Amino acid sequence: MILTEFVDIALLALLAITGLALLKIRDLVAVVMLGGIYSLLCAGLFLVMDAPDVAITEAAVGVGIATVLLVGALTLIEREERPSQHSRALPLVVVLFTGAMLTYGILDVPPFGEADNPVQEHVTPRYLEEQEEEIGVENVVTAVLASYRGYDTLGETTVIFAAGIGVLLLLSGRKERRAGSEEDAS
Amino acid sequence: MSRNVILRIATKVLCPNIFLFALYVQFHGDYGPGGGFQAGVIMAAGFVLYALVYGLERTQGVFPPLWGHVSMASGAFLYAGVGVVTLLLGGNFLDYNALAVDHHDGQHWGIFTVELGVLLTVFGAMISIFYAFAGRRGLD
Repeated sequence: MILTEFVDIALLALLAITGLALLKIRDLVAVVMLGGIYSLLCAGLFLVMDAPDVAITEAAVGVGIATVLLVGALTLIEREERPSQHSRALPLVVVLFTGAMLTYGILDVPPFGEADNPVQEHVTPRYLEEQEEEIGVENVVTAVLASYRGYDTLGETTVIFAAGIGVLLLLSGRKERRAGSEEDAS
Repeated sequence: MSRNVILRIATKVLCPNIFLFALYVQFHGDYGPGGGFQAGVIMAAGFVLYALVYGLERTQGVFPPLWGHVSMASGAFLYAGVGVVTLLLGGNFLDYNALAVDHHDGQHWGIFTVELGVLLTVFGAMISIFYAFAGRRGLD
């Protein structure tokens, strides 16, 4: 128990340090790398909270793919972030207000992992008890994701499909046009 | 392509293991953490690593962009197709019990197939997006 708390505190402290470093650093490559580290720490936190499925996803998407795509975007722009010309008062007010509202919201959240939390009392007991008979898959997460919530996952798959098509339409088409116009100019 | 020998050899060692791990995450999803979504991303990450070290051109020689588009579309088609098949077999949409006589077998087949569909779509979308980004001004 003490070990888990120690790991929690260590991960959260590193998360805070990474967040502050992200604010200070102006070299965008370093910012992208720190973003990856931030995701990796989040993945660690998910693992501590007994959500290995989410942790794997976070590690693969947040650390791997997102970092690579951002590095790819960096090859198209400058490496240094330009100092902002705008006043910092308004963003500060917005951040403080949002932070205050979130903290106020957290006060109402039931303690983590309590047996009588709403999340444990709604459909979860039914899934856990009937899954063995109805689905017969060892991993309940898979049973919920692919069978009980099959519609939702079909929707998610379609969203990913649509996102892929959208990016292809936006990026592939323009590249050809630009290559054509460069030839015209030369 | 990177001239760095260490990077190239390390990539050669890592890539097959990443693909193997992706397949493990995919097909072990019934028993442990993982499934189509995670496996698709890990599989795409293997190709991304290969492209970062060996260059986009060589990677597209191994895995042409068109395959990514086909994979993306066929995954969503496969998933929705399972729903249609269960409808034709007399069940509800995506009611895997209709797929086999024993409902446990039906659920297993249904989950296996839709997870395969998720894998194909996620992998195809990720690799297509990566190709689209990297192709604008090569990462080579």
